[in-house]
Amino acid sequence: MPKLSVWAVRAALLYLAAGFTFGALLLANKGVSFWPGSWRLFPAHIEFLTLGWTTQLALAVGFWIFPRFGRSRGNVTLAWVAFGLLNVGVLLVAAEGIFQTHPGLMFTGRTLEVAGAAAFLFHAWERIKPMAG
Amino acid sequence: MPTLTRWLIKTALVYFVLSLFAGFILASQAVFDLRLLPASFSPAYFHMLMVGWVTQLILGVVYWMFPKFTKEQPRGSEKLGWAVYALLNVGLVLRFLIEPFNPAGTVWGWGLALSAFLQWLAGLMFVVNTWARVKER
Repeated sequence: MPKLSVWAVRAALLYLAAGFTFGALLLANKGVSFWPGSWRLFPAHIEFLTLGWTTQLALAVGFWIFPRFGRSRGNVTLAWVAFGLLNVGVLLVAAEGIFQTHPGLMFTGRTLEVAGAAAFLFHAWERIKPMAG
Repeated sequence: MPTLTRWLIKTALVYFVLSLFAGFILASQAVFDLRLLPASFSPAYFHMLMVGWVTQLILGVVYWMFPKFTKEQPRGSEKLGWAVYALLNVGLVLRFLIEPFNPAGTVWGWGLALSAFLQWLAGLMFVVNTWARVKER
């Protein structure tokens, strides 16, 4: 497994743990009310599990197993940029959901997520090809 | 394909069908004025799809395909793997049985808290069992 995939899968596992923790608090609070403000965790729960866990794991495995150009995985820098942008974006969106300090945080987070997705697209596009060549 | 992976993927496939069927029922109720499922079943429906199907499928494939841990324990702790499977699915079923009936403040509310705890434990155990398998060659 290449270094970037190791980082991205481990980040995805951390998001899984955090997302499940938030989800468990939300669900438990639905049964036994102990924290009225727990709904503030909801946006972070969704963000962590849809983008941080599921999507990031898919990107990490894609980077690992997509066809290569000989021994090269193409423009690896772009894939690292995607990893960085996506994760900062997810954290900003989740933080704004929890702390609700400034809508600009959500806007910035979403912008970084789109840029991260685009960076991964530009990295992966040429690798979606027949195995040989 | 290891036995645990087969169980995870087959269970995930069952959830795939069940969740889409639940979505079909929820959508049909508005059209045909039926009352088979309460509207409060929506969160259970969504989690049937995202946890029962998507996440469980991922857990099965990761357990199967990720780099080997050691020669003796290629997939980490098999017992921990089975515990993840059991806790996740018992937790999910508890949720589907209790959540739609708004159990807050009743004894069933504790069942929902138990469901949350079991699924949380399953998630953490999966992370622990997988972490060391995520490594460079």
